[in-house]
Amino acid sequence: MEQKSYFITDETGIHARPATILVQTASKFDADLQLEFNGKKVNLKSIMGVMSLGVGKDSEVTVYADGNDEEEALQAVTDTLSREGLTG
Amino acid sequence: MSKILNGIGASEGIAMAKAYSLAEPDLNFTETSIEGSASAEEVQKFRDSIHNTKVEITKIRNHAEKAVGPEHAAIFEAHLLVLDDPEFIGPIEEKVTGELRSAPQALVEVRDQFISTFENMENEYMKERAADIKDVSKRVLSHLLGRPLPDPASIDEAVIIIADDLTPSDTAQLDKRFVKGFVTNAGGRTSHSAIMARSLEIPAVVGTKEVTASAAGGGMVIVDGTVGDVIIGATAKEIKAYELKAENLEQERENLLELKGDETKTQDGVTVELAANIGTPDDVDGVLANGAEGIGLFRTEFLYMGRDTLPEEDEQYEAYKSVLEKMDDQPVVVRTIDIGGDKEVPALDMPKELNPFLGYRAVRLALGNKELFRTQLRALLRASVHGNLKIMFPMIATIQEFEEAKALLVECRDELKADKVDVKDDIEVGIMVEIPSAAILADEFAKVVDFFSIGTNDLIQYTFAADRMNENVSYLYQPGHPALLRLIDNVIKSAHAEDKWVGMCGEMAGDPEAVPLLIGLGLDEFSMSAGSVLKARRQIKNLKKTDMQHLAETALRSPDAETVNALIKEYTERI
Repeated sequence: MEQKSYFITDETGIHARPATILVQTASKFDADLQLEFNGKKVNLKSIMGVMSLGVGKDSEVTVYADGNDEEEALQAVTDTLSREGLTG
Repeated sequence: MSKILNGIGASEGIAMAKAYSLAEPDLNFTETSIEGSASAEEVQKFRDSIHNTKVEITKIRNHAEKAVGPEHAAIFEAHLLVLDDPEFIGPIEEKVTGELRSAPQALVEVRDQFISTFENMENEYMKERAADIKDVSKRVLSHLLGRPLPDPASIDEAVIIIADDLTPSDTAQLDKRFVKGFVTNAGGRTSHSAIMARSLEIPAVVGTKEVTASAAGGGMVIVDGTVGDVIIGATAKEIKAYELKAENLEQERENLLELKGDETKTQDGVTVELAANIGTPDDVDGVLANGAEGIGLFRTEFLYMGRDTLPEEDEQYEAYKSVLEKMDDQPVVVRTIDIGGDKEVPALDMPKELNPFLGYRAVRLALGNKELFRTQLRALLRASVHGNLKIMFPMIATIQEFEEAKALLVECRDELKADKVDVKDDIEVGIMVEIPSAAILADEFAKVVDFFSIGTNDLIQYTFAADRMNENVSYLYQPGHPALLRLIDNVIKSAHAEDKWVGMCGEMAGDPEAVPLLIGLGLDEFSMSAGSVLKARRQIKNLKKTDMQHLAETALRSPDAETVNALIKEYTERI
C-alpha cells in the first residue's frame, strides 16, 4: 500500500478535463486506487466518483494505491496532476 | 399510398430524399421487475446497450473533432468514461441481479442518485455535470428500449430533415452537404429554419403542423418549397412528376443566371445595390454564384453557437478575413454579436428570460460584456485591411448605445494602432434599424451613423407587438402595412437628408411584393438570401422608379395592408 498527498493549486480544481485524464490514467493499472478529499474516499477509476468530490482550488487530496503495480500507478498519477497543471 | 401535407413554402425549389426525423423519441417505460432466471440475459442486454452507446459516442466525438476541433470533443471523452465507470455500471448490474429490477429501471435509479449528488453540490460547475449524466443515460436508455435518438451530426447520406422546429444549435450541428431540405411542424417564413434554408439555398416547407407524426417512419419525402407541399411516401409516378418540375425550375434558374454580371438599374436609369445575407464564410460561394454586389448582412453568431467555449480573436479574424478577401472590393457589412434570446450561447451561461426578444441580447449584451465585444471588434478591425468592411451594431434603441459601442470601437482601433497593427481608417459604422425607437428618431441617428440597415423581421415584430414564431398572431406580420412603411420612409428620408445610405437586410428586401414599394421609397441597398438576388434584379430592371414613387406615396396614405397589397398588384400588373 502506497499513499501520497497533493495540494491542488488549479483555479477551477479537478474539473472535467483533468478528471477525465486522471481516470483514464488510473484505469491503466491493476492496483486499487482511491482518492481522498475532505474525509471522503472514492474510486480513482470512477469519473463520477472523482467529480462528485468537487475538489476545488487550494485543497489537499490523498491518493492510496494498493496492488502489484502500486508504485508505477502512483507515479503516473503524480505526473498527470503536474502535467495538467493541477499541482502548480 | 402517399400523403400530402400543406405548409408554408419557406425556401424555393424541389428536393427528394429520405426523411430524417430530429424529433426525440418518448423514453418513458413502465416500471417492471424481472424473473430471477432472466437476470443474466438482462445484464447482457444492458452490456450490449453500453457497448452500442460507446460506439455511438465515439462516432460523435470523431465528428466533433473534425468539425469543431479537439477541445470541443473533450466532453465526449468524459462521456465515454462514464460508460466505463465501475461506480456507475456496478450498482446498475447489482440492481438487476440482486433486486431483479429491469435494466431500464436499474439504470434510471442509479442515474437519479448521481444526479441528486451533483445537483446538491455547491460548485456551479459541478452542478452542471448532472447534465452529462442525464445525457449519457438517455443514450443508454434509448438503446435499451430500442428507440433510437436523433443524431444529426452522424448523418452521412442525403436526407430531408423533419423536425418540430429547428433551433439555431440544431442547424449548427447539421452537415450541410447532406441536408437536401427541411420540413417542420412550426414556424413561418421568417422563422430561423426558413431563413437558414434560404441561406443554404435548399428547399424548405415550414408550419406543416404534423410532419413529425406523418413522416416518423422515414421513407422517401418530396419537398416542394415553392408552393409549400410535402409528399410523404411518394409513388413512382409522383417522383417522376416532381423530377420534371425540378428540371423546369433548373431551366428558369439558367435563364436568370444570364443576369449575373448585370447592373441593377431601373427602366429610368436609377441604380441600386443588390447584396446577400450570409451566416458563415462558406456562404460566400453562393453570394458570388448568384451575382450579388456585396454582403449586406454577415451574421456572426455562427462563431458563438454550438460550442462551449468563446471564439478567440485570431479565430474570428481568420473568419472575417476570408470573407473580405473572397468578396474582393465589394462591401461586406458585418453585424456584431447578435446573441441572446432564442440564440443561446453555452459558453456564456445566460439565464432564461421571460421575454427574450425584449431582453438582454445583441448590443445590450455586448455592452454588458465588454471583453467579449472587444475581442470581436479587435478581430474586425484587424481584418479591415483585407477588403471593404462596414460594421453594424444590432438592436440599437438609443443614440447613447450607438455612441458607447462606437467609442469602444475607437478605443480598440487606437490600441491596435499603438501596437503598430494595420487598421483601415475609413470604416463605415452603422446601425441596424429594428427597434421602432431608432426608426422614429432616424433624423437624429442620421447625424452620427454612416449608414442604416433596416432589419424588417424584428422591426415588424416590435412594431405590431407580435411574436413572429407564434402562429396565432402571425396574421400581424404585415410587411405591406402603412404603419411599417411610414417608419421605413422616415428612415430613408432622414438618411438621405444627411447624405447617408439605407439598406434593408430583412426578409422583406427580397420579397417580390415589397420590392416595387422599396424602390419607390428610395431604398439604396437590398440585402437578401443569395438565391433571391437574380430574381430581384430581373424585377427591378422592369420597374420605373417614378411610377414606384407614386405607388409608395399612395401606399403611405393607405389605411391598411390590404389596400397597399391591392395597389402593388395594380401597379405591377400594369407593366
